[in-house]
Amino acid sequence: MTLIEEMNQKATQLGVPLSAHLDITWRCNERCVHCYLDHDGKGEMTTAEIKSVIRQLSECGTFFLSISGGEPLLRRDCFEILEYARALRLNVKLKTNAVMIGPKESARIKQLGIEQVQISLYSHRAETHDAITKLPGSWRRTMDAIGRLKADGVKISLTNVLMTYNSGHAKAVKRLANDLGVGFVVDPTITPKLDGDWSITKLGISSKELEEIYHTEEFVGNVGEFCAPVSEVDEDVLDGYSCSAGHTLAYISPFAEVFPCVQFPMSCGSLREQSFREIWWHSKQLGELRSVHVRDLHTCSHCTHAGSCSRCPGLAYMEGDFRGPSSQDCEKSYVRTGIPSAAQTAAMSRVPAASSGLVQITQAAFNAPS
Amino acid sequence: MTTEEIYIAQSTDIACSTLGDDTIIMSTLDSTVFMLNAVGTAIWKAADGEIPLSRIVQEQVCSQFEVAEDLALADAKEFVGELAQHGILSITSTPHSPSEVL
Repeated sequence: MTLIEEMNQKATQLGVPLSAHLDITWRCNERCVHCYLDHDGKGEMTTAEIKSVIRQLSECGTFFLSISGGEPLLRRDCFEILEYARALRLNVKLKTNAVMIGPKESARIKQLGIEQVQISLYSHRAETHDAITKLPGSWRRTMDAIGRLKADGVKISLTNVLMTYNSGHAKAVKRLANDLGVGFVVDPTITPKLDGDWSITKLGISSKELEEIYHTEEFVGNVGEFCAPVSEVDEDVLDGYSCSAGHTLAYISPFAEVFPCVQFPMSCGSLREQSFREIWWHSKQLGELRSVHVRDLHTCSHCTHAGSCSRCPGLAYMEGDFRGPSSQDCEKSYVRTGIPSAAQTAAMSRVPAASSGLVQITQAAFNAPS
Repeated sequence: MTTEEIYIAQSTDIACSTLGDDTIIMSTLDSTVFMLNAVGTAIWKAADGEIPLSRIVQEQVCSQFEVAEDLALADAKEFVGELAQHGILSITSTPHSPSEVL
């Protein structure tokens, strides 16, 4: 067990929100085609409110704090907020598109000891990146900022969200990251809009491309291990949880609402009405979420992938039942291993026998609701 | 073992939080993570740059944990040396001036 795993295990046992994701705004200077947020800034927390939230998180044991948005640097108090979080000795990551990071901002980020700057980069090609962000010149500005941050000694990780627009670009972006000497994360998930609109998930890459990603060593490491067809589903797995959302992870919106995760739009309370501690320990929603172990999942508990699936309870929630499967994760498990999930098998059995061929059946049965 | 006093002070180039009886510390310089147990936490909390390590060991370790003082001090020196290598603590032979201390 790594030290980080040990920390997470202990935090789970103690119920400590070890990690928090704080969006300080949903406003953005880009209009990415796949974005799941609206960009309304009305009712955003004030500087004082945000500082209070960060202080409360720190008092509850938060160690990892991601400051994100929207574009967090659109807030004029962004650096004041970062400075406050660092003064409380939190491990701070900044998620940004970086287009507003000039020499002064880069130097300040370094000086504050920000652990990492996570930057969205959609392509090695400017025209593709700009077509996704809908901000002309954004690729150039982001790349310039990456160079600046790198020169200042700031740790950087590029996030490459995969979609139809940048289909087939992941390897080139990974090579670019290697050339730049920065980290790289590939993200094949298109999150539905938080208002329940699933239309943007149609931008997701094809199963074939996902399969290529999952069977490429430079993306997943040991392919044989990553794509191992069956994982053991033992008592430890059944007693465990799908993910850390609501257990050791909290998400706070710019409007002071607490959620289990940014991808889990089940409001657990408002920090304008209650303290974070009250919400974290006494919210009915979080209590219910924490009561659900893998063994309590009506479909996934008897799925062969239960021990290795990346099942997202937030996506399942958006499909209507957080105790149920998440179609996107069923598809990932299938593409990874070639073995349908329990939910997919059940769906296939409901497809009329006259359907012609497994591929068509799986396409029809595995799609998320539209 | 040398009897020369050493003084330890927490660095500002860290992230840090408590987790039960333990303390998590990460160096922002090299991202090394440490999880200190109760003994390490006791030493860490007392690392104000003004109290000699021998006194920290006496007051924070030997008084709370059943351990011989010379053994505890030797272990403590090794422990703070490792943290210092990652920029988590600074070690000096004289007390830190207030401006040097977090």
